[in-house]
Amino acid sequence: MKFSIVVNEGPYTHQASDSAYHFTKAVLAKGHEVFRVFFYHDGVNNATRLTTPPQDDRNIVSRWSKLAQNSELDMVVCVAAAQRRGIVDEGEAKRNGKDATNLAPGFRISGLGQLIEAGIQADRIVVFGD
Amino acid sequence: MSDIKKFMFVNRKAPYGTIYALESLEVVLIAAAFDQDCSMAFLDDGVYQLKKGHQTKGIEVKGFEKTYGALDDYDINKLYVDQESMAARGFTAEDLCVPVQVVSRAELGKLMEEQDVLLSF
Repeated sequence: MKFSIVVNEGPYTHQASDSAYHFTKAVLAKGHEVFRVFFYHDGVNNATRLTTPPQDDRNIVSRWSKLAQNSELDMVVCVAAAQRRGIVDEGEAKRNGKDATNLAPGFRISGLGQLIEAGIQADRIVVFGD
Repeated sequence: MSDIKKFMFVNRKAPYGTIYALESLEVVLIAAAFDQDCSMAFLDDGVYQLKKGHQTKGIEVKGFEKTYGALDDYDINKLYVDQESMAARGFTAEDLCVPVQVVSRAELGKLMEEQDVLLSF
């Protein structure tokens, strides 16, 4: 089966990103396909590479990055939500005159159309959030 | 398989206080551009989103009541409002800023069952 995953809450404050991560891993382990993971609302905060949790805690951001790398996941961060919350890649930094970038490896910034496409293409879309 | 799916956007939160309602509207408008079969449901505090007379000056937040009125221009005219949620908050469809279909919880459940994609905000 083809899944799309939506993450609507930021890391650490809320369980959503953890649950989405474990669900995504389980889906892949069972041999299903993940068409896309889409990050929206505060979920875009899962994509900052500046996250530095204490050493004895899980690193939610790098965990997603690793999963993307190992499983060739398409992880998309909503551009409008990202701009509001200061999640920036090189293109966005240039376009908006910012002096830094913070998008973690494995993520890409794109439009909300990617969320609708994820809904159209997948057999199931599973939303994690409040 | 046809590329047109039934999308329902479920709105459960008050219009201000959190950003969910505003960012939900942004998704709905994009979905309309993809020519999908879109509807919106309003329940729990989400019914406040459609209440007439948003006044946001005092909290210095941009109001977006007018956007609900523009939905029809995007061919989004299936707006379902949960009757019980409205009743619990002491208002009726006459207090809303756009025409809607008032439905019972059971009817809303049935409508949800007919959808291909449910996005909940």
